[in-house]
Amino acid sequence: MANIVLKNVKKSYGAVDVIKGIDLEIKSGEFMVFVGPSGCGKSTLLRLISGLEQITAGDLVFDGERVNNVIPSKRGIAMVFQSYALYPHMKVYDNMAFGMKLAKSSKEEMDARVRKAAEMLQISHLLDRLPKQLSGGQRQRVAIGRAIVRDPRVFLFDEPLSNLDAALRVATRLEIAKLHHDMEDVTMIYVTHDQVEAMTLADRICVLRDGKVEQVGTPSELYDHPNSVFVAGFIGSPKMNFLTGEFAKAQNCATLGVRSEHLQIVPDGQGMWNGKVVHAEDLGSDHFLFVDVGSDEPLIVRLAGKLDTKLGARVGVQPLEGQMHRFGPDDRPLA
Amino acid sequence: MTAQALIGKILFYILVFIIVVVSVFPFYYAIVTSFASGSQLFQINYWPPSLDLTNYNTVLFARNFPRSVLNSLFIATTTVVFALFLAVTASYALARVRFRGRGLLLVTILAVSMFPQIAVLAGLYELVRFLGLYNTPWAMILSYTIFTLPFTVWVLTTFMRDLPIEIEEAAIVDGATPWVIITQVFLPLLWPALVTTGLLAFIGAWNEFLFALTFTIQETQRTVPVAIALLSGASVQEIPWGPIMAASVVVTVPLVVLVLIFQRKIVAGLTAGGVKG
Repeated sequence: MANIVLKNVKKSYGAVDVIKGIDLEIKSGEFMVFVGPSGCGKSTLLRLISGLEQITAGDLVFDGERVNNVIPSKRGIAMVFQSYALYPHMKVYDNMAFGMKLAKSSKEEMDARVRKAAEMLQISHLLDRLPKQLSGGQRQRVAIGRAIVRDPRVFLFDEPLSNLDAALRVATRLEIAKLHHDMEDVTMIYVTHDQVEAMTLADRICVLRDGKVEQVGTPSELYDHPNSVFVAGFIGSPKMNFLTGEFAKAQNCATLGVRSEHLQIVPDGQGMWNGKVVHAEDLGSDHFLFVDVGSDEPLIVRLAGKLDTKLGARVGVQPLEGQMHRFGPDDRPLA
Repeated sequence: MTAQALIGKILFYILVFIIVVVSVFPFYYAIVTSFASGSQLFQINYWPPSLDLTNYNTVLFARNFPRSVLNSLFIATTTVVFALFLAVTASYALARVRFRGRGLLLVTILAVSMFPQIAVLAGLYELVRFLGLYNTPWAMILSYTIFTLPFTVWVLTTFMRDLPIEIEEAAIVDGATPWVIITQVFLPLLWPALVTTGLLAFIGAWNEFLFALTFTIQETQRTVPVAIALLSGASVQEIPWGPIMAASVVVTVPLVVLVLIFQRKIVAGLTAGGVKG
C-alpha cells in the first residue's frame, strides 16, 4: 500500500555516523529484506523508517508524503520486535487491541479485527492468556497478530526469528511468507543477519555494509551477479570460495570467486587446481569436501550424494565453465 | 544425619531464636506493660499480670490522641501519594528520556539525602512559615515528601531502567503518549517497586518526630510520635508509662497490618523480575 522512498538518509549519534546517506526505493507491496553483518546499521535504518529514531538528514517519503517528523503511530506502520515486546500484564486479547483502544476505535470493530487476526494466526484459543503462559513461538505469533490488528501500510520486522529455536524458526518463516501472500498490498521490511532468511523471504534484498547500501536486488540477482566481493561472500551458504594472489592472477583478476556447487572433482593433476582433501562434511543429501590447494583457505566443494572420498586423498578441482566471479583490485566485478 | 550436621542445625536454630528474641522482646514487653497499671508497672512481669484495658481507655478516649492518629494517617498517606506521583514521573524522565545533565541530576538528587534533618530544620521552618503552612498538616507533608523523594526516585529509576525498552517502543508504535506509557504500561509492571517504596515512605512519615514537633504548636495538629512523647501524667513528676505503652501498641498495629497485606506483593515483585517479558 505504501511506496517508500529514502533520499540521502543519514543518522549520526554525536560525531558517529551510523547511516551514511542511503538512497532506496521500496515499492508498494514489496517484501524488502535488509541484511548485513552486525553493526552495519540495518536495525537503525529500520528504526528510522519506523520513527523510533530521528533522521539526522535526508528525506523519508511514504506515498509522496514526507514523514520525517511524523510520529510513529501516525505513519501507518506496525513493528514486530526481536524480543516480542508484549505487554506482560495484559492478556493476549488486550495486547492485540491496545493500539486500537488508544486510537479510540469502536468496540465492535476492535473485537472483529482482533478475532480475525487471531484466526489468521491460529491463536484464537490463546486470547485470554497472559504472555508468560505462552511459548516463544506463540508469543511471536501474538506479536505479529498485534501488528496485523493495526492494519498498517508498512510492516516492519526487526529480527523476529532470532529468539526462536531452529525448528520454530523455519515454521515461523513459512508463516511470515504466507502472511506476505495474504496481505499482498502491504509493504514489508524485514531486518535480519541471516542470509537464509533473506534469500527465502525477500522479493528484493538490500545488503548494507558500514551504513551504506552495498547492493540491492532480487535474491537471484545478488546470488548470481554480486556487485562486490563483500556481497559475494555474504550471500550464499557455504560462503563463496575466494582465491587471491597467483591463483587470481592466472585469471587476470585480483580476487577470484567460485561458489562451492560450481566446482567439480576430477582426478589428481587434471584440475585447474590440485590438492589434498583436509576435511569433509556429510549432510546426507549432499556433502562438502574441503580441498587444500595452497590458497589461504581450503576450497569448499559441494557434491551431491553420500561422501565417498577419503580424507587425505589427492584430487583435482575444476570450476564449471562460465561460473567464475572475477573481481578487480577495488573489489568490484570485472566485465 | 551425622552428629556434626545435627549440632550445626541446633546451633543454627539457637542463633535464630536469639535474633528473634532480641528483636521482638522490646515490643512484647511494651504490650505486657500496656496491660499493667499502678504499681504493677514497676514489677518485672514476663506475662501480662491481668487483661486490664484501663490504659487503652485512657489513651483512646483522651481528648486529642484519636485526632493525632487521624493526623498521622492523613499526613503519611498524602506523603506517599505525592512522593510516588512525583517519583514515577521523574524516574521515567531520568530512566528513559535522554537529556543533557541527566547523570549530574541523579547524583544531585542523591546528594540531597545526605543532609541530616537537623541541618535543614531552620531553613525548612522559615520556608514553612513563608508558605503559611505552619501548624498545618501540609508542613509535614511538604517536608516528608522532600526527604522521601531521593530514595523513591532512585529506586524507581533503577527499576524502570530494567524494564525492556522494546515494550516502551511497542507502545509508542501503538500510539501511546508518555503519560499513557507511564500509567497503562509501566505502572502495572512497577507495582512491586511502588509497594515497597510506598510502604517505606509511609513508615518514615508515620514515625517522624523532629519536624512534626517543630512545625506544630496546637495539640490538635500533632502527629502520633509527638503526641506520645508529650503525653503527660497527673503531675509533672509522673511519667505515664502505662498509657504511653498502650499508645505505642496502638500506633504500631497499622504498620504491621500494612506489611502483612502487601508482603505477597513485595515477595512477588522480588521474584518476578527474572522472567522474560
